[in-house]
Amino acid sequence: MFTHDLKPLVRRLLLAGAFSIGASACAFAQSASDTRIGVGTPVTKAELSKYFAIPPDGTGLPAGSGTPSEGRVVFMDNCAICHGDKLQGNPKPGFGGDRLIGGRGTLATNAPVKTVESYWPYATTLFDYVKRAMPFSAPGSLTDDQVYSVVAFILAQGHIIKPDATMNAKTLPKVQMPNRNGFVPDPRPELSLYH
Amino acid sequence: MASSDDRVAGSDTGEDCPCRDGMFDTLEANRRRFIFGAGSALGAASALALATLPARAAEKAPPGAVWYDVPEDPTKVPGRPVAGDGGYGTRSQFETAVRIRFPTPNANTSWSLTPLASLYGNITPSGLHFERHHNGIPTIDPSRHSLVVHGMVGTPKRFSMDDIKRLPSVTRRHFIECSGNGLTEWKSPKGKTVQQTHGLLSTSEWTGVLFSTLAREVGLKDGAKWVLGEGSDAAVMTRSIPLEKMLNDAMIVYGQNGEAVRPEQGYPLRLLLPGYEGNTNIKWLRRLQVSDKPFMTREETSKYTDLMADGKARIFTLDMDAKSVITFPSGDMKLPGPGIYTISGLAWSGRGRILSVDVSTDGGHLWYPARIESTPEPMCTVRFTFPWIWDGKPAILQSRCTDETGYIQPTLAQLLAIRGDHGPYASVYHLNSIQSWAVASDGGVSNVHA
Ligand code: HEC
Repeated sequence: MFTHDLKPLVRRLLLAGAFSIGASACAFAQSASDTRIGVGTPVTKAELSKYFAIPPDGTGLPAGSGTPSEGRVVFMDNCAICHGDKLQGNPKPGFGGDRLIGGRGTLATNAPVKTVESYWPYATTLFDYVKRAMPFSAPGSLTDDQVYSVVAFILAQGHIIKPDATMNAKTLPKVQMPNRNGFVPDPRPELSLYH
Repeated sequence: MASSDDRVAGSDTGEDCPCRDGMFDTLEANRRRFIFGAGSALGAASALALATLPARAAEKAPPGAVWYDVPEDPTKVPGRPVAGDGGYGTRSQFETAVRIRFPTPNANTSWSLTPLASLYGNITPSGLHFERHHNGIPTIDPSRHSLVVHGMVGTPKRFSMDDIKRLPSVTRRHFIECSGNGLTEWKSPKGKTVQQTHGLLSTSEWTGVLFSTLAREVGLKDGAKWVLGEGSDAAVMTRSIPLEKMLNDAMIVYGQNGEAVRPEQGYPLRLLLPGYEGNTNIKWLRRLQVSDKPFMTREETSKYTDLMADGKARIFTLDMDAKSVITFPSGDMKLPGPGIYTISGLAWSGRGRILSVDVSTDGGHLWYPARIESTPEPMCTVRFTFPWIWDGKPAILQSRCTDETGYIQPTLAQLLAIRGDHGPYASVYHLNSIQSWAVASDGGVSNVHA
């Protein structure tokens, strides 16, 4: 199971005092300057390039671009079966894709409708999520251009961007989502429970 | 997907369980429930077919068991040979408790609930640990799995499973609770059983490496504040975790209850965040990215946020508040008659140890201290018990816990007053209020709001 030479490791462990062998016997170990054990292999930038997680400022957005009209084709081919051709969702057994648009103005009512359009605070999240997890039946199968396009299509259908807007690494983080300021930090434990 | 609409776990089979089996289930009752029960591997059609077969042929082992012929007198025939099971044991063929799945439309993004009423003590058997996956359970060869730690670190590194197992380990007992536990219960009592109302809770003994150990191996940079965890499943699940939590008690676990973490629980590697909402405990963990800001992933914005009545949603509601529930007697059971019963249940808090548990048998007017069966540990369930002499009159059983911060488990009315009462798709997560079970004069136990 272990393929590495254990000797340097054992030396480091002793120095780090990570394994105690009797406090008095190796009291000197407490003063070791390097508390690292020296396990793990450094990874290169190239190796890291296959991973992504896109924060709101757009760091890590790939090259490429797409428009709503290109995105319509991508959506009808890859998404509509589960999310509906009007983006209305499909609750049928075996599908279960969420409704993606509509619901603006409902969040403070007794029938809130949470969609990308009405609820999501950042457009970057949509790119990140579609690239990582959709289409549900073949996640990660779209090209970056296709992801930009289908994101543009959803945002345009939700009247968040213009029907001819191009989405790319520059424009996407600038998209103002309707519910951008709709989130507040966790106030728990709730003070009224201590009244 | 997560909404407190009419669906409850098990309802997809159309079973309207009239079988209010007694507290000491008979084998017949058990088997009947297994065959028709929600979550059984058998579809409704095949269950019907089975039921019409001769009883002998219908004897089929429940999941996790093997069926053996039952001798008239086990002292008169030799038993089975040593290690005849191939070297890995199974549970008794008479034990039928199983998880049941919540009927989401898509079985790949769904959840299954732990049969809490069938458990003893404090630890959940690994095979009964609740599940919540967002696109199925991946099959991962540990020899090809690794954990990359990068971002705002000195030296980004890849740790193989062997590397991780060479690091000093810790073993700790913690619960995991999905923040959607009980989401059907806000408006009206929906779940019949405690499995349906509280089954997204499980407790294991976890073994692994503290994140702080890995952090030293890569070196953290000044300004680091958050860590993204990423899974190696088809949802490539991601959550942003405050670095403070990661350095406090986060574990990268490979062991669960003395053996490798189960595939449904993240084999071969899982992020374990004691007391945090279940979704953040990233399964099949492959990557940790240190950052100065949260990433605002889909799971921490679109989902796992709590929409309040004013239209604002709480984000990063990560701690699981103190909660308790009586598992015996609980919904759908039937007490055979007046007499002494040992009320039993579980209590837990995401903010530390359980300090005390009280039990009421009159809907919360009078409270009596329960006995806690084990030494409370931080962010771990405790089993509590309370001897009760039932006089045969209608009663409402409740439990209420206090954690070591002094937080007292609230009533549903208190929580609704804060979180709002505005529809099934609003604030569905983090329901931790007191559960009420009504005992009718015929001994039947049901889920009520009281
Ligand atoms: C096989 C069915 C299926 C297909 C095809 C599919 N999806 Fe999905 N989609 C789902 C399901 C199921 C979920 C919910 C996943 C979960 O529960 O975590 C989802 C969730 C989403 C969400 C998140 C919605 C929310 O409010 O949180 C977005 C956005 C999305 N899909 C976009 C797409 C796009 C774009 C495509 C095409 C490229 C696509 N989907 C194709 C089934 C599908």
